[in-house]
Amino acid sequence: MEEIYAKKNETCELIKAQPETVQFLLNYSKSMHIVDYDGLKFENNKN
Amino acid sequence: MEVKIEDSVLVREYISGDEKALSILINRHNQRISSFIYSKVLDRDITEDIFQDTFIKVINTLKKGSYSEEGKFLPWVMRIAHNLIIDHFRKNKRMPMFEGSDDFNIFSVIGDDKLNAEKQIIKNQIDSDLRELVDELPEDQREVLLMRIYKDMSFKEISENTGVSINTALGRMRYALINLRKIIDKHNIVLTN
Repeated sequence: MEEIYAKKNETCELIKAQPETVQFLLNYSKSMHIVDYDGLKFENNKN
Repeated sequence: MEVKIEDSVLVREYISGDEKALSILINRHNQRISSFIYSKVLDRDITEDIFQDTFIKVINTLKKGSYSEEGKFLPWVMRIAHNLIIDHFRKNKRMPMFEGSDDFNIFSVIGDDKLNAEKQIIKNQIDSDLRELVDELPEDQREVLLMRIYKDMSFKEISENTGVSINTALGRMRYALINLRKIIDKHNIVLTN
């Protein structure tokens, strides 16, 4: 009997970023402010 | 019935200052973006890092008002993630990381064989102590020992330079070493590194 050498398809793993990572991003967003000075935009992190 | 707010609306709300809109956007696309990154890098920690960097770029761009792809939020975020994945592989190609295991330590192969500062000082001290001890030897023995050890001359060369036979030079060397040991024992000198 012939052997099938076809590579088994890897199952796609569904994962999610940790809640801490999401919380960090939300905090980062809250602390981030853009300062517009003379047509230039500066990132300002109020931490 | 819960009404699903469009991404484009949430993006507009976020740009106008509603931080909650960002939370909805991140949670809505978390699984899709994380799984996409993971399917390429196959490492949970790297996935977290790239996910975080992706959204930091998203936040910066939205807050600066540079975002102009309304209605295409997810493809735009996926493209940022994709670029960061490429950056990650490029960086790793330039600086491949080698992790040693418990039974193999990379530093056993690439270790620095130079002495550390403390051991170098001790070695210098021993060298200078030994030199003083050599000066205590009788002149003929001292001469042979200096030529052999410090000048790296062969016994043939020593015999030619001192005008004695090779056997005599060998004998003087032997006695030089015996006498050095005697001096060391007599004065209880410790020469170790």
